[in-house]
Amino acid sequence: MRCDLVVVGAGPAGSMTAKAAAEAGLKVVMLEKRQEIGDPVRCAEGVSKAPLKKLVDPDPAWISAEVKGARIRAPDGTEIVISEDRAGAEVGYVLERKVFDRALAQKAAEAGAEVMVKTRALRLLWEGGVPAGVYAQFVGEKFKIEAPLVIGADGVESKVGRWAGIDTALKPEDIETCAQFLVQDEKVDEDYCEFCLGNQIAPGGYVWSFPKGRGIANVGIGVLGSKADPGMPMRLLREFVKERFPDGKVLEVVVGGVPVSGPIERTVADGIILVGDAARQSDPITGGGIINAMNAGMMAGEIAADLVPKGEMDSGSLQIYEKRWRETIGKHISRNFAVKEFFVDLTDDDLNHLIHSLDGIDVAEMNLRGLLKVLVRQNPKHLLKLRHLLG
Amino acid sequence: MLTVNRYKCGYCGACVGVCPTGALELVETWIEVNDDCTRCGRCTSICPLGALELIREAKA
Ligand SMILES: Cc1cc2nc3c(=O)[nH]c(=O)nc-3n(C[C@H](O)[C@H](O)[C@H](O)COP(=O)(O)OP(=O)(O)OC[C@H]3O[C@@H](n4cnc5c(N)ncnc54)[C@H](O)[C@@H]3O)c2cc1C
Ligand code: SF4
Ligand code: SF4
Repeated sequence: MRCDLVVVGAGPAGSMTAKAAAEAGLKVVMLEKRQEIGDPVRCAEGVSKAPLKKLVDPDPAWISAEVKGARIRAPDGTEIVISEDRAGAEVGYVLERKVFDRALAQKAAEAGAEVMVKTRALRLLWEGGVPAGVYAQFVGEKFKIEAPLVIGADGVESKVGRWAGIDTALKPEDIETCAQFLVQDEKVDEDYCEFCLGNQIAPGGYVWSFPKGRGIANVGIGVLGSKADPGMPMRLLREFVKERFPDGKVLEVVVGGVPVSGPIERTVADGIILVGDAARQSDPITGGGIINAMNAGMMAGEIAADLVPKGEMDSGSLQIYEKRWRETIGKHISRNFAVKEFFVDLTDDDLNHLIHSLDGIDVAEMNLRGLLKVLVRQNPKHLLKLRHLLG
Repeated sequence: MLTVNRYKCGYCGACVGVCPTGALELVETWIEVNDDCTRCGRCTSICPLGALELIREAKA
C-alpha cells in the first residue's frame, strides 16, 4: 500500500491532521489500533466554546451539556464561583467524546482520507536512513504502508516519536495520573464545573466534576506522577466520591495519563511530525488537550499538504511546523507550564489564602489567564514570580 | 520482573508514556512488557489502578 501521508492514531489530533491534509489533496491513510474510535474514553470531556467553534461547527449530537461557570474549592472548603453571567462570556461544553471522536474521523473520511481501524502501527519502515512509512497490523495480518511522511497522533502512549529518535518519555513530574467515574446522583451540579484543590485530596492536581446533563457528571482526579504511589488516583477518587456522593451510582470508569511537561525539545524528525498528546501539547495547568491537539493537527495537515508534493520532508523543512505551533499554542503551553511548576508546590495554607483573596472579586476574563491576572492583582507579593509570566 | 495484573489494568497507556526504555506497549486491552525493561519501577507508581508491580525474581 502506498500513499502521501500516514497518520498514526485517530483521536482529535489525528482526525484533524487527516482532514486538513486530505482536503488539500493528499492521499492520506489514518490508522487506529482500537476497533472503535473514541472508546474507551480517556477524558473529562470539557472544552471552551469559542476555541472549539473556530475549529468545527458544534453538533448537538456530541455535546452532552453546556456549563455556566466554574466553582473552585479551596482545601478548607471555601468556594468561589466564576460564572458566565458575571464574566459576560461564554464558558464551555462537556462533550461526548465517543461520539465526538468518531464524528471527527468521519469528517476526515469525508474529506477523502482512508481510515483503518483495528490497525496498529508496529514500527517505521526505513529507506536509505529515512522513514518511508510504517509496518502495520490489521486483525493479526502484517503489511506495509509506504509514505514519505508519517504523522504521529498516537496519544500519551506515543511510539512514533521514539521510533524516530525523539525522546518523548514523560518524567513522573511531567504527567498527571488520573481516574474518573461517571457518577449519577441528584447532588450533581448541572450548571457548573467544579474544581477542588488540596494536597490531601489530590496531590499536585485537582478533583473535578463536569456535568453531562440528566443528573450525571464526570467526577475525576489527577495526581502529579511524582507525588503518586501505585493506584493512588483510584483510591483517592473512591474516597472523594464516597464522601461527596454517598448515594451516587458509578456508570463508567475512566483511567488515563495527561502530559503536563510543557513543550518538548522537538516534535519533528526527518519524515516525521508529532501532534497532540504525542507531542505533549496538552495544557500543563488544566490538563486540557483536545483543542491544542486539533489545532496542531490542522497545522500539521496543512503543512504536510504543502511540503509533500514538493518532496520536502526533511527535518529542516519541517521546522515550519515547529515554528508555527510554538508561536501559537506553544506560547500558552509554556506559560501554563511555568504556572503549574509554581502551583504544584503550594501548601494547603497557600491555596486557601489564594482562594480567599478571590472572594467577591469579578473575574473579567472567563478563562485561566483572567483568573490568574486577578490572583496576581490580589496577591502582589505572594505571586511575584507569576507576574512576569502573565505580562 | 515487572508484572501486569490484567484484572486491574484499565488499558489507558499512561505507563507506556513514562517508560524511559520504551519497554511497554498497549495492545488492544492489555500491556506487553519486552526485554528492554530495566525494572526501574517508574511505571508502577504512575498506574492509576496499581496494576503494575515489580516482583523480585527467585534465584535460579
Ligand atoms: C482523565 C483525563 C481527563 C481529561 N480531560 C480533558 C478535558 O476535560 N478537556 C480536554 O481538552 N482534554 C482532556 N484530557 C486530555 C485529552 O483527552 C487529550 O489531550 C486528547 O485526547 C489528545 O488527543 P490526541 O488525538 O492527541 O490523542 P488521543 O485522543 O489519545 O488519540 C490517540 C489515538 O492513537 C491511537 N494509537 C496509539 N498508538 C497507536 C498505534 N501504534 N497505531 C495505531 N493507533 C494508535 C490510540 O488508540 C488513540 O485512539 C483528559 C485526559 C485524561 C486522561
Ligand atoms: S497505567 Fe495501569 S491501567 Fe493504564 S495501561 Fe498501564 S497498567 Fe494498565
Ligand atoms: S519498570 Fe521501568 S523500564 Fe520497566 S516497564 Fe516500567 S518504566 Fe519501563
